[in-house]
Order: sequence, then C-alpha cells, then structure tokens
Amino acid sequence: MHILAELVIVLIILLDLGLAVTGSLSACIRLVAAQGVLAGLLPLLAGTEGISAGTAAFAAVIVLLKGAVFPWLLIRARDRSGARQDVEPLVSYPVSVAFCLGSFVAASWLGSRLPLPETGVAWIVPASLATVFTGFLLITTRTKAITQVLGYLVMENGIYIFGLALFVQQPMMVELAILLDVFVAVFVMGIAIFHISREFDHIDTAELSELSDWRREGYGS
Amino acid sequence: MLLLLLSLGLLLAGSALAVLFFRRPAAARAAGVAAALLASVCGLAASLQTLFSGGFSSLSLPWPVPMASFSLVLDPLAAFFLIPIFLLTGAGALYGAGYLDGNARERAGLAWGAFDLLSASMTLVVLSANAVLFMTAWELMALSSFLLVLFDHERPQARKAGYLYLVTGAAGALALLLAFSLLSPSGGPMDFARFARPGGAAAAAAFLAALCGFGLKAGFIPLHVWLPEAHPAAPSHVSAVMSGVMIKMGIYGLLRVLGFLLPWPAWWGGLILAFGAVSALGGVLFALAQHELKRLLAYSSVENMGLILMGLGLGMLAVSDGDYALAALSFSGALLHALNHSLFKGLLFMGAGSVIKSTGTGELEALGGLSKKMPVTASYFLLGSAAISGLPPFNGFVSELLLGLAGLLALGPRSRLAPWGAVVIVSLAAVGTLAAACFVKASGSVFLGLPRSRRTDGAREAGRPMLAAMAVPAAGIALVGLFPSAALRPLSAVLGSILGPGAAGFLSAYASVPLACAGAAAAGLAALLLALWTARALLLRGRKPGAGPTWDCGYAEPTPRMQYGASSFSQPLTDLFQPVIRVIGRYPRIQEYFPSGASFSTEAQPLVYNTLYTPAARRIRGLAYRFSWLQQGRLQFYIMYIAAALIGLLLWKL
Amino acid sequence: METLRPLSGLLAALLLAPLLPGVANKVKAFFGGRKGQPVLQLYYDLAKLLRKTPVYSVTSTWIFKAGPAVGLGALLLALTATPFAGRSAPLAFDGDLMLVVYLLGLARFATVLAALDTGSAFEGMGASREAQFAVFAEPAFMLGLGALACITGSVSLSGIFGALTVATWAAAAPVLLLLTAAFFVVMLAENSRVPADDPNTHLELTMIHEVMVLDHSGPDLAFILYGASLKLWFFAALIACMVLPRHSGAWATDTGLFLLAVIGVAAAVGAVESAMARLRLLKVPYLLITAFAFSALALILQLAR
Repeated sequence: MHILAELVIVLIILLDLGLAVTGSLSACIRLVAAQGVLAGLLPLLAGTEGISAGTAAFAAVIVLLKGAVFPWLLIRARDRSGARQDVEPLVSYPVSVAFCLGSFVAASWLGSRLPLPETGVAWIVPASLATVFTGFLLITTRTKAITQVLGYLVMENGIYIFGLALFVQQPMMVELAILLDVFVAVFVMGIAIFHISREFDHIDTAELSELSDWRREGYGS
Repeated sequence: MLLLLLSLGLLLAGSALAVLFFRRPAAARAAGVAAALLASVCGLAASLQTLFSGGFSSLSLPWPVPMASFSLVLDPLAAFFLIPIFLLTGAGALYGAGYLDGNARERAGLAWGAFDLLSASMTLVVLSANAVLFMTAWELMALSSFLLVLFDHERPQARKAGYLYLVTGAAGALALLLAFSLLSPSGGPMDFARFARPGGAAAAAAFLAALCGFGLKAGFIPLHVWLPEAHPAAPSHVSAVMSGVMIKMGIYGLLRVLGFLLPWPAWWGGLILAFGAVSALGGVLFALAQHELKRLLAYSSVENMGLILMGLGLGMLAVSDGDYALAALSFSGALLHALNHSLFKGLLFMGAGSVIKSTGTGELEALGGLSKKMPVTASYFLLGSAAISGLPPFNGFVSELLLGLAGLLALGPRSRLAPWGAVVIVSLAAVGTLAAACFVKASGSVFLGLPRSRRTDGAREAGRPMLAAMAVPAAGIALVGLFPSAALRPLSAVLGSILGPGAAGFLSAYASVPLACAGAAAAGLAALLLALWTARALLLRGRKPGAGPTWDCGYAEPTPRMQYGASSFSQPLTDLFQPVIRVIGRYPRIQEYFPSGASFSTEAQPLVYNTLYTPAARRIRGLAYRFSWLQQGRLQFYIMYIAAALIGLLLWKL
Repeated sequence: METLRPLSGLLAALLLAPLLPGVANKVKAFFGGRKGQPVLQLYYDLAKLLRKTPVYSVTSTWIFKAGPAVGLGALLLALTATPFAGRSAPLAFDGDLMLVVYLLGLARFATVLAALDTGSAFEGMGASREAQFAVFAEPAFMLGLGALACITGSVSLSGIFGALTVATWAAAAPVLLLLTAAFFVVMLAENSRVPADDPNTHLELTMIHEVMVLDHSGPDLAFILYGASLKLWFFAALIACMVLPRHSGAWATDTGLFLLAVIGVAAAVGAVESAMARLRLLKVPYLLITAFAFSALALILQLAR
C-alpha cells in the first residue's frame, strides 16, 4: 500500500492535464515546478524500506533544483524577453484535453505491455509515459520558445519517474545523467532566448522559420 | 406462412393493378392502398404469431434458375423484422392516400405500384432462404424505392439523389454477391441452409464484404452519403418506409450473414462498435446542423443506425469473450432499437410530411407557431421527438436502457470489455443529449412560438387518413414504453435464432427486472404527471389566468423575426464541433451607411462526401478516361467486345 | 418498518430540498458580509406562488403550461431512485442510473420546449445554451457513474452507493476524489450555479436557466422552483453518499450525518459562488470537458491498476 505515493502520482497526472490546457505562461512555469517537486519527492514515498541518507539528500537536491532554480531561470528568461504572458497554443482546449486523455490511455496500454519489474505502486509507468507525452505536446503545439524549454522539462520529469519505476531504490544513476543534460539545455536555451529576443523582439518559433533558406511566396510584400 | 404468402400475393397484385390503372388515379390509389392494408393485417398476424409462439416454418419450391430455389423460411428473426415492415406499410399506405391526394395525379399509378412492390420485396428479402432469391428481392427493393425517390423528378435534387442512390445500391449489391459467393459451398443451389463458414482469410473477406454491402443499405458513416439525399426526396410516406424499415434490411442481412460466420473474432465486434459510435455521433451532429426538416430526420436515421450497430458490436464482442448473457442483453437492445426507430422515425416523417403538405416548405427558418393550426400533428411530432431522444416513458428509453445496461455491465470489475463499455455509455449519453437538442430545435422551430414567414398562413390540420395513420406508430411508441416486459419473450426467441437455441434463456436473467421496473417507472411517471396536472387544475380553480404578450425584457416591439431561429439554436454546438460539421455562413459585406436587404445563410458541408467520395470519384473518372479509346460509339465494336468476352470465358472454362 | 424506511428518506428529501438553495444563499450572504434572506425563503416563495394567479402569453400553448409539470414529475420520479443515507432507495434496479439520467433529460426537454413556446428571443437563447451544456455535462456524469460501477461492481445507484465503504476509499482514494470533483462540477452546471450560470441575474444576456423561465408565473413557477431544488438535492445527495462511506448502522446517526453532509454540499456551492466569478459563456463547455476528463481519468486509473 503506497497510498501517498499513488496520490502523488495522480497529482502528477492532473498536472499533466493542467499543463496541457493552461493558457498562462507563469502558471505553466509554476505547474512544471510543482510537478518537478512531486517527482522529486516520489523516491521518498515509493521505497519499500526506510529512507537512506543518500536518497534523502538526492531528493533534496532535485526538489531544490526543479522547485527553485529552474523556475527562477525560466521566469528571468520570460521577463527579459518581454514576451506576452500567454502560451499561444496551436490547438484548442478540447483537443488538448483529448490528446492528454488519449496519451494516458496509450500509456496505460503500453505500461501493461512493457516487461517491467513489479513496483508495488500503481500507475507509475502510465504516469511516467503520459508525462513524457505531455512534454511532447507542449513542444509540438506551442509557439513560444520558452514553452519548448518547459516541454523538455516535463519530458525529463516523465523520464525520471520512469527511471524510478525501473530502480525504485537507485534512481540516481539515470537521473544524474539526464539531469545534467537538461540543466545544460535549460541554461543554453535561457541564454539563447534572451539573445534571440534582443535581436528579434519576439521569441515565436514560427517566425524563426523565416531565418531558413526557404522563402515564403511573396515574402516581404 | 400461408398468411404471409397471401399478403405477398396481395401486395404484388395491388402493385400490378395500380400500374394497370395508371390512367385512372383514383382506382390505382384504391387498389394500392387496399392491397397494402389487407396485406399488413395478414402479415402482422402471421409474424406476431410466429414471434410469440417461437415457431419456425419453411417452404421450398423449385425455381428453374441456376443455383436458385424458391425457398422461404419464417423464423423469429425474420418475423421480428416483418413487424416494422407491415406496420409501416399499412400506416404509410393510409397516410399516402391522404398525402398524394391532389398532387401529381398522372404519376399516382406508378407511385402506388412502386410502393406495394417495395413492401413485397422487403417481405421477400426477410423471408428468402436462398442467395439468388435474396438478391432478386434485394434488387427489386432497390429498384422500387429508386422509382419512388424519383417521384418528384422535375427537381434537380431528386434526380441527383436518385443517381447517387442507384450507384451506391449497385455497389452494395456487388459486395453482397462477393459475400454470398464466399459463403456458399461450390455446386448446388445457394441455399442459406447450406452456407458454411469459410476457412482462414475468406471468412474475414466475407464479413467485410457483407459489412460493406449491408452497410451501404443501412447507411452508417461513411457509407451513408446517399441517405440524406434520397430519403428527403421521396414522398413523405415513402420516406417513412425507407427510413423506418428499408434501411433495417441492412441490419437484418448483417445479422443473417453473421449467423453463418460464427465464431466471430473479437476485432469484428470492435470494428462494428467503432463504426456504430462514429455513425451515432456523426449522424446526430450532422442532423443538428441541418435546417430542412426531412434532411434533419434523414441524418438522424444515420445516428440511430449507429446506436443499433453499437449494440450489435458490443454483443459480438461479448460473444467472442464467451459472455452470452451480456451478448443477449446487447443484441436485444439493438434489435429493440431497430423496431423502436421504425416507429418513431415513421411517425416523425409523417408529421414532417403533413407540415410540408400544408405549408409547402420544410425549411425550419420559414416555419413556426404551427401547433395552433395543426394541434394533433404537433402533438404527434412532439411525441416522436421525445421518443427519439430516448426519454421515458416512451419506447426509445427502453432500448437505450438495454444498451446502456449492457455498457455498464461490460464496465464491471474483471471484465475485459471495459473500454468498450465506456465507449458505449459515453456515446449513449452524448448522442442522447445531442438528439434531444436536435429534436427540440426541430419541433420548437416548426410548431412553437410565432410564424417566421407567411408560408404558414394557409396551414391547416392534416386530413383524417393522415392523422389516423400517425396514430399507429404513436400507439406503438406508447405501448412499448409502458409495457416493455412484453418484448422479453419475442426478443428471447429472436436471440435463439441468432445465437443458437441455448441463448434464449440468457436474456431474462439480466433484462427481466430492469424491463419490469422501467415499465413500472413509466406508469409511475404517467400517474405522477396526471396527479400534478390535476393539482395544478385544482390550484387554479375559480381563478382566471391573465393573458398578455410574451415578456421580452422590455423590448417595445418584438417581431416574430426576433425569435431565436433554428440555426441560432444550434449554433453554439455547431461552432464547438466545427471540425466535423463545417457550417459555412454566407453574408454580403455591408458597404453603404443605411444598408437594406441584407441576408445571411448557413450551410453544413457534407464532410464525408466532400473529403472521401468526391476525390474518389475524380480518381475513378480519371482512370476511366484512360480507357475511353474503347468507347468508339459504333455498334460493331460493341458486338465484337461481347463476342470476345464470350470466347474468352469459353477458353477460360475449357 | 423495513418498507417504510426508504419512503421516510424520500419524504425527508421532498420536504428538505427547498432548504438547500437557502443554505447556499446564507453562505453567500455571510461571505458578502450581509445578513441575507432567511434560510426558509424558498418555502415562503413556494407558498406564495401557489396562491397566485398566473399570466400566460397569448403566443404560448398547452406545451408552455405542461412544461413545469413534466419537469417536476420527472424530478420527483428521479428522487425515488436516489439513495438516502447510504440506504437503498424505494426504486432500485439494475440500470436505474440510466433512468435517472434520462429523467433529468426529460425535465430539461420539457423546460426547453416551454421556453421556445413563448416565442421570445431571450428564452430561445437560454434554451439553446441549456441544450448545449447538457451535451457536455451528461457524458461526464454518465462516465463518472460508469467508473463507480467499475469500482463497486454494481449497476444501480443504490447498489453503487451502498457498496462504497471505507475499504473502497482506502483502495481507490485518488479515483474517488477525482469522481467527487467531477460530480461537483456537473452539479454546479446542471443546477445553473456559478461558475456555469448565475442564479441571481434575471436580466442579462449571459444567463441560462433563469431566462428560460422568465414567462412562467404562479403555480407553474412554483413547480419550476421546487423542481430546481429537488435537482440540487439529487446531486448533493449523491456527493454526500460519496464522501460518507461509513455507516454506523444506527438509523438516526446515519440520517443525521447524511443530512449534515447534504447541507455541507449546499454550503460548498455557496462558498464557490462567493469565491468565483461566472465564467465566460464560451468557457463553460471547457469546464464541463474538464469534468469529463476527470471522470475519464478516474475510469482509466481504475482499469489500469
């Protein structure tokens, strides 16, 4: 019985739903941070034995990083870029909800098919896969560069939870490697967004496509 | 069986007489109507007797056509589908006697001939136990209904509808031929009794061909394109028969062929359930976007066929899962809904016909306030609307209760069908509310409020025969709604002939208590309403209610044009479902400062037709163009082709 | 005695239902720092309206007069199938939840038709919106009930809520929480409360339910108001049955706790109404889609465990 862990997992799924539908950029950043914190707490709740000092310290680092450092970086990037405060989705609310539900159905089905060790915590694999899918949704259907960074973070949360499902006791090996990547990615993107916005006054990726060699018909007219 | 042969003979004789009397419309009408009425009485008696006694009778005569025999079988499944045929034949003939009175007299003979032939061919389709006989009856049915679709052949829409109907009918027949040839063992007559499940991929091919062929007649999405064109084009009593009964022949055929194909793989049921859910939701959404009464009713038929298919699909899934009790419940929901749909759709088409006959238009935006001029028709139409929306205490609720109960039971713990059960109940709930919205819109804008145009000025109540005809399905709606338990025995008999004799007992295990309670609830509701009405009358006793204009929030001069119209009523929903419905609005740009004569029109695009059929037709035409060199236009060449084909066949067979 | 107890529950529901809007109003008045109308206001209103002589529009027909009676009759019958304090309702059979959902549909059908019968643009507008929101509310509600059927293995309202125990909650707390949230949202929308609709505004283009009944007066209006309170009771009773899974077995204790829970739900409605603004009309379907998503999620979670 992992009532608390299961509750946290359901909260993570609800945060996926919230991320898929929210219209405000700052809410999006807060939701990603909350999800990160919840994911960071999971190893403390899902373990079968007592909590070791290493696990606790590791969880503390994750929570600090995802709950404080990343949001701070992202809010700074958002403020400096002077972007508008909404996420500008390419798809409507009902479509986002449908995608989210569909992704969860697909994730449950996949989760029941994957040969994974028994974790004792229900829904952990579906939740992780659904989180990855939600990150994917954020990356593909939002126009702003900053929401793409958020999407990567959500995907990372999902992969982290998936790692947790594989190694309930020792998620660190997986996590450390990914975290490093993502940290670098967020850093680079934060700087990149900042600079792009100074050059172009906006951070809409749709407009960035104009930088390519391909020219739209009647461009400039 | 003898009674049925008698009614077949009566119908054929009536048809022949009506055509013979084409110069004397009154005589043609008398012959056609009398034959149809007599035949209905005989046929109903015979089929009810078979259904309640669970009997089985057959007849086989030699027929000098290759692979054919004139063999008829009357089992409970056939008898069940005969009931709507005869009910609506009788009611439709009575209605048509009033409806066709006075217009297009020179065509009356042909119209009555085709009507009786349509009924006769449907009877034969249901009874025939030989593939060749079945196909003959099937084609006769298509042909006679084609003639009736072309009744108003001066209108270009009717001609277009007729063409589309002919083409889809031919395509469906082709698919059926394929299915039958796969099912029948080689050599000997193609009797249904000799049919056996082919092995391997041939069974799946036969299933898919039958689904395609019968689906084109049943009109589920995406095979429905002919239906919203052809049903409104025909005269209203024929629309009632076509929408109420003829498309059920697709369901009947599917059930019959599925009986030969047992055991069913799970994906067959899943496929049918998916088609059903798509048709139910798509059909009702398209219906919601229509603003012509008969087109709306035609799209709603697509929706109801979807509900029936959902029940069939869930039942098939349950059979492949080994849960026969659930299958019995689900199948009987589908079967009962088929009967119910013929009752309320028949009633609604007749009501629509009365409106059209009396005002000359079925355009919702031009009507309104007719309940004052046509009170009886309005009450019947409202009854039909409530029944088709599945509301208690009427018959639609009973079948939707069975379907919903099947869906809920499929959701039970440890059931492998849970996702399908969820699909069924969500679709049912969504379709139920959408259908209610659709029919509130239809009946509200036709019968309630104030007239929206001068078209309704001369409206008056439909004639006696038409009202009497509408009473038949209306009585059926009320009876099934109030006494649903009576359906238990016939449905069990029908299940016995689909799933084997053992299945007959499964239904009562799950359905007897809910059906009895639904009947009690319906009676209780009727009593409650009566009590409330009495209480209200007592409260108002001795007081004279005031009368005044409608309170319109202080507007000084409200006009009927300011009422909420049909399109405005459905606009919030059509906007939300824009990706499916694609309503296009047209309005002129206003340029001057004091504009006059502005107009606004909306039209729902037929999505499936535009995205699936038009490109396919273009492809086919392009392909055909490449072979146009074969078309020389000279008789000699064609004779040569025929000769070449014959010689080729001879060589191939040698 | 055993047959009388379900009937006593039904009688209590019929008598106490008009209390709920009063409770919600009192809570709103408290948040607004007002004294507010008496808790029993609806009883006074009903008593007065029943004695009034109605006025009918010359446009309307018998359908307008029948609408309120049909609506009330449907809700009365629906209440006979509603469980009371975790005990079986007088009318309970497999599939009775279909009956109840369709009876709510019948009430809506009658109200909407009566609104269209007046030929008023405003009432048509309200009718259109009522029909629109139902399309989203009903699937959410049905799917939620389906998820409960999946958890408890029962397909009648009395069976489902009788089988909900503390053990069920311990095993499936997240699922049941999601369902409670979904039912609460559906209740707000179906009873035309904030944030879906505003029961206080009588003359705005944005209102839904209130505008449909603008033309009704006298006993007809009394039927409508009483029917609305019965509908609120229905949803509040279901939610109370959800959150009160433990039954002591003592009749008085159970009944008292249940009544407290029902009143608590009504107070929660008032609290939501005080804390939130009405949503934009275009956003109301989104709210209901969210409720549907909660129901669907609950079902998927239940199936995936």
